[in-house]
Amino acid sequence: MNRPDPIRPNPDAEDALFEKRTQVHPQRIDGNFRRLKWAVMIVTLAIYYITPWLRWDRGPYAPDQAVLVDLANRRFYMFGIEIWPHEFYFVAGLLIMAGIGLFLVTSAVGRAWCGYACPQTVWTDLFQHVDRFVDGDRNARMRLDRAPWGAGKIARRGSKWMIYLVISFWTGGAWIMYFADAPTLTVDFWSGTAAPVAYITVAILTLTTFVLGGFLREQVCIYMCPWPRIQSAMLDEKSLLVTYKDWRGEKRGSLKKAAKAPEEFGDCIDCNQCVAVCPTGIDIREGPQIGCITCALCIDACNRVMDEVGRPRGLIDYATLEDCEREAAGAAPKPVWKTLLRPRTLVYTGIWSAIGLAMLFALGTRTHTDLSVAADRNPPFMLMSDGSVRNAFTLKIRNMESRPRDFTLALDGLDDALMWTGTVPRDQAARSLTVSVDADQTRAIRAYVAAAPGTPAQGFAFLITSQGEQAETDRSDARFVTPEEAAQ
Amino acid sequence: MMENKRVDEPTGTETVGHEWDGIEELDTPMPRWWLWTFGLCGIFAIVYVVLYPALPMIERATAGTLGWSSRGQLAQEMDAADQARTTFNEQLARVPIERLPDDSALMQQAVAGGRAAFLVNCVQCHGSGAAGSMASSNLAKGYPNLNDDDWLWGGDLKAIEYTLIHGIRQQGHNETRFSMMPAFEGVLQDAEVDRLVDHILSLTDQAQPSAEGASLFATNCAFCHGADGGGDRTMGAPNLADAIWLYGGTRAEIERQILRPRNGMMPRWGERLDPVTIKMLAAYVHSLGGGEDFVEVAADPAIEVDESS
Repeated sequence: MNRPDPIRPNPDAEDALFEKRTQVHPQRIDGNFRRLKWAVMIVTLAIYYITPWLRWDRGPYAPDQAVLVDLANRRFYMFGIEIWPHEFYFVAGLLIMAGIGLFLVTSAVGRAWCGYACPQTVWTDLFQHVDRFVDGDRNARMRLDRAPWGAGKIARRGSKWMIYLVISFWTGGAWIMYFADAPTLTVDFWSGTAAPVAYITVAILTLTTFVLGGFLREQVCIYMCPWPRIQSAMLDEKSLLVTYKDWRGEKRGSLKKAAKAPEEFGDCIDCNQCVAVCPTGIDIREGPQIGCITCALCIDACNRVMDEVGRPRGLIDYATLEDCEREAAGAAPKPVWKTLLRPRTLVYTGIWSAIGLAMLFALGTRTHTDLSVAADRNPPFMLMSDGSVRNAFTLKIRNMESRPRDFTLALDGLDDALMWTGTVPRDQAARSLTVSVDADQTRAIRAYVAAAPGTPAQGFAFLITSQGEQAETDRSDARFVTPEEAAQ
Repeated sequence: MMENKRVDEPTGTETVGHEWDGIEELDTPMPRWWLWTFGLCGIFAIVYVVLYPALPMIERATAGTLGWSSRGQLAQEMDAADQARTTFNEQLARVPIERLPDDSALMQQAVAGGRAAFLVNCVQCHGSGAAGSMASSNLAKGYPNLNDDDWLWGGDLKAIEYTLIHGIRQQGHNETRFSMMPAFEGVLQDAEVDRLVDHILSLTDQAQPSAEGASLFATNCAFCHGADGGGDRTMGAPNLADAIWLYGGTRAEIERQILRPRNGMMPRWGERLDPVTIKMLAAYVHSLGGGEDFVEVAADPAIEVDESS
């Protein structure tokens, strides 16, 4: 329909280089897939807006926000899980799972992510409902588009854009709540005392939501987003796609024409409803294409028309390319479960759950005590006035529990050596000391280990044990260096 | 090439007219808004060129109406950092050095500041690890190791601060740490020197003592180094009965130090650095593992001198 003429005798130079955008005014439709889209929209938006306000009690030493990315203190809280920066592999694992999940969904049900769950789709859908609420349905909006600018049009456009702006601001405002205590930040934000980065983030996200959701819409999917291209490459002949069954529909003709010559025409009555409801403005009857986000609203539209004209449903339907060929040849399509449970999807599911289980296992077995040791290398050893040799170490003790804890720091090996620290003086040197670490903190201490003259260079270990119930231990190997060894 | 242009059947788009091994390129028109973003980038660039340094000239680039420069920004950030430190500096200036350990937060900051100042002012002699020239190393000997527990002039915070301010053996400065190890070349016979070195090494069980050696030591050395060779910090006289030797602990090295002694010097940092930096340096050196507790009595040098003489 929008195709350029095959023969263009004298094309306007600018027209050839740049294409004017055709506004999409999708028509209201109701049906199973529209209801699914409503449900997904409500759930995803609710998750996005409400999550930061959920509370989770972690005791007096940790924030009580259920989901919090605490950049300043480098902690990530998600309900009962707290992640430190050195455990970032959990986040990496989640991202890998998200990637493989996308492969799985795409190979099974095509671009379902695009059609239902992508933020661009959800917000575009939301803004299109705003259009419908302010300006009316498809025909009214097309009329208003064509109408000259006057008081009425300005008022309608103004109020519509104001609603856009409010939604956009809300979207940006909800984002920053994930990075600080939400109630406090809200008060700070409105009293003007929040950090500049909060205002800048809200401004940027308000602007991007306003522009991308309010105006660019399907242009983002077609021109900007890499996913459609990547997903197209991941689809195969066994993936479910929104398909127009042309062998059944063609040749198209109105009811009147079909009544005259029933054998000449197919089921498609060329009512154009599938095009009218499409949020990206494509014609599904042209076959699979990059503009199709597989939201299945055309299935709803066509099914309703088929019901009205008394023809079987499913002229436009989710179908695999393989099934289409089979059906066109007159054979029965494969059952859906066979389409979904095939080696490719099973392998993806296997990998996905293996990563998930491995992460759960790691999460369940990780300790909240960690010791790391760095030996002083300049100087590597120190001769003391009584002839003994001292080595210095920097120990880092991590207390990953949200309560202060005492730890027993002990020497393992190096039998006649004693240890003291920056806070425990040498005359109180011992083989085991008590070190307290604040809740949810890392404490660095200087440890001095001295052994009698003549002690040979050797390996030993620092051993740390949390005191109290559920003792956790960690050890870290170290080496005792002597002048004799250094001289070799 | 115009004659090769054709319309691609599935997409309905015209090709650009080239063909490489059967591959053709579609001449898909760009969306119009793409052109607008290009225009917006151009406008942004013009605004940027006006506001910020941009166009290179012969001497320097155009300044930009905002007057921003990376050097200016650095200066601003340094000022802000200085501002942030003023409270700390004032606190540190008020606290007497021997009271510093009472405030562990202040002490920690002082140690951190001292580490930075040490790397600028002290590493040239004492080394970046403050290990001086260690007896076992092949480097030139004579720069004291600040990590150990052996101190020539005292190892508590106040003594270290005093040494830092007044230096060691600074001519023309009355308060400087001063003493002079006399040269015994020509004073003692070779055999006498041998006996004396034997006696000194016997203090650490490395040689057989002798009556002659003991008597030579008592006559010539005990005034400064003490009857037992334990040294005297008021004179910076080293302890000869421990394992640490500033100028080396071999027989030859000790002999050389008796005959042709070296007397180390240290600059008066009081005339180069501000008092707060010196306090921070003292705190850092004290924190290296050999720092001693400050004892009120030991601060009065007159008492000890009287007792030992």
